[in-house]
Amino acid sequence: MMKTDFRREPLYIAILAVLLIVGFFLPSWLRFLLQTALAGGLVALGVALQMRAGLVNFGQGLYYALGGYAVGMLAAQAGITDIFILLIAAVLVSTVAGIVLGLLLSRYREIFYAMLSLAVSMILYGLLVKAAWLGSTDGFNIPPVSYLGWTPDRAVRPDIYYVTTAVLTVIACLATARYLTSGAGMLCEAVAENEIRLEYLGASPRKVAFIVIVVASALSGLGGGLLAMSTGHVDPLMTNWTTSGGFVFVALLAGRGSTIAPVIGFFLLELVRTYALDLAPNAWQMILGLVMLAVILLLPEGLWSLIERRRKA
Amino acid sequence: MSDPILVTENLEKRFGGVVAASEISLSLYPGETLAVIGSNGAGKTTFVNMVTGYLKPSSGTIRFRGRDITGSSPRKTAQAGIRRSFQISQIFPQLTVLENVMIAEIAAADGKGGLRRAALTDARMQTGRAVLDRFGLGQHSDTAVGTLPQGIKKQLDIAMAAINDPALILLDEPTSGVSSDEKIEMMERVIAPLKADDATLLFIEHDMDIVTRFAERTVAFYEGKILADGPTREVLSEDDVRKYVIGGVHA
Ligand SMILES: Nc1ncnc2c1ncn2[C@@H]1O[C@H](COP(=O)(O)OP(=O)(O)OP(=O)(O)O)[C@@H](O)[C@H]1O
Ligand SMILES: [Mg+2]
Repeated sequence: MMKTDFRREPLYIAILAVLLIVGFFLPSWLRFLLQTALAGGLVALGVALQMRAGLVNFGQGLYYALGGYAVGMLAAQAGITDIFILLIAAVLVSTVAGIVLGLLLSRYREIFYAMLSLAVSMILYGLLVKAAWLGSTDGFNIPPVSYLGWTPDRAVRPDIYYVTTAVLTVIACLATARYLTSGAGMLCEAVAENEIRLEYLGASPRKVAFIVIVVASALSGLGGGLLAMSTGHVDPLMTNWTTSGGFVFVALLAGRGSTIAPVIGFFLLELVRTYALDLAPNAWQMILGLVMLAVILLLPEGLWSLIERRRKA
Repeated sequence: MSDPILVTENLEKRFGGVVAASEISLSLYPGETLAVIGSNGAGKTTFVNMVTGYLKPSSGTIRFRGRDITGSSPRKTAQAGIRRSFQISQIFPQLTVLENVMIAEIAAADGKGGLRRAALTDARMQTGRAVLDRFGLGQHSDTAVGTLPQGIKKQLDIAMAAINDPALILLDEPTSGVSSDEKIEMMERVIAPLKADDATLLFIEHDMDIVTRFAERTVAFYEGKILADGPTREVLSEDDVRKYVIGGVHA
């Protein structure tokens, strides 16, 4: 089904309101988990978008890391701490990478696209691990950011960072919803289903694929930037295949029915991971695998389809 | 007579050692309806594939409205005004009938800001519904395509080829997969709206009743070559055509 009802501004405003209100009641560790999940959720959203066009990106962590390192390097090494400049830089760097890679990879499909994107992300991983001046595998710490000259002190900083993350994540989801209702967004499913027919109708599947790759790279760069600000730290794991695999997992789990679902999905994953690591440190991956199998077999359209089904009934 | 809309000169297509088409020199005139007949493997689909730029001819030239389009691409020929339907319907099975037509409309707007702007405008929905009504598909508009019977799928495939007012429409066996007692009815349903837009129409067909009924002119293919070309009645009564084409058809 082509989704035609993405454009519901009031829904996004309501979600933002809920996030902000809930933020005041959650214990701080849980709110922080939510905050980092919002950042990572943008990357999962980017992966889910590409899946609509039939592209499985196993290296989306690349843009996550580029966004994170852009913020980190500017703040820690160039001394620029203004959050607006930092996040714009994060989005810019990842988007430029998305454009370059989009030009190269937009003609590949299926396993070729998956493996090539994985390969590129692992090249960056290798480079970051080797870069002693960037802390190698440890990464490096990032100083607190400022807002137009004001640096929030330790007491309010967590609140300010949480609000920043929540607001920007919801705005990014809304922008994504707009993209999905544009021609380029609408044609994604046609690319996945029958590319040749689409060409015969006068459109360029390659251009449609290119655009979704670039949109996903911008979202992921923002996510990486927000994570860097939130944790005050970046390291090469952001572009490791295990991280990227997590995003694919969440995107599959969430399905393609909503822009918010991957963000919620990523939060649940982080929550389960936190508990599972405590309760069953060795069985954690196995649990993930079983959940994945169950979703693919029972709910090929993702968990969101449960909600959709109920709404239709 | 006015200038031809499509001219092919000495088209040839070889697949390794197989000569799928050769010496295809054909002119189509604006507004005419032409049938292409020929037994299985005669090169009919290969011809359509070359004209639409899906296959690059081994030699020869194709001109559309006076412009050389030899070795172009399906996208470019579509944008230039050539559309086709397929022997096996090529549609988007997970989407509804209306959504399929919307995709066709959005795709037609690619390169004209169509990818940037909001896709589901009221105007576009209206055009989409109007197209479906014209092709007798209105009552199916919200049904997922994958579940529909073969005949309806083929009808939708043809309706999608009619989007954006093409000047030349090529139908590859529009009635294949449709039961024989429904074939004529189906042709009537699709030909009328196609002709209403003055499009030049070429259809590939195995059923001679349909050819006689709907085509003014017929071209017979045999082993990759043109065996006969002229008014339908004359072509169908030629000895060679009766012997090699009509006799050779397993309907
Ligand atoms: N892509 C291809 N590679 C190799 N051979 C091909 C290819 N396409 C067509 N052929 C061969 O070219 C010849 C003509 O095929 P074509 O599909 O044009 O026939 P047709 O007239 O459309 O037949 P039908 O009535 O069965 O659809 C056949 O011998 C076919 O096997
Ligand atoms: Mg054929």
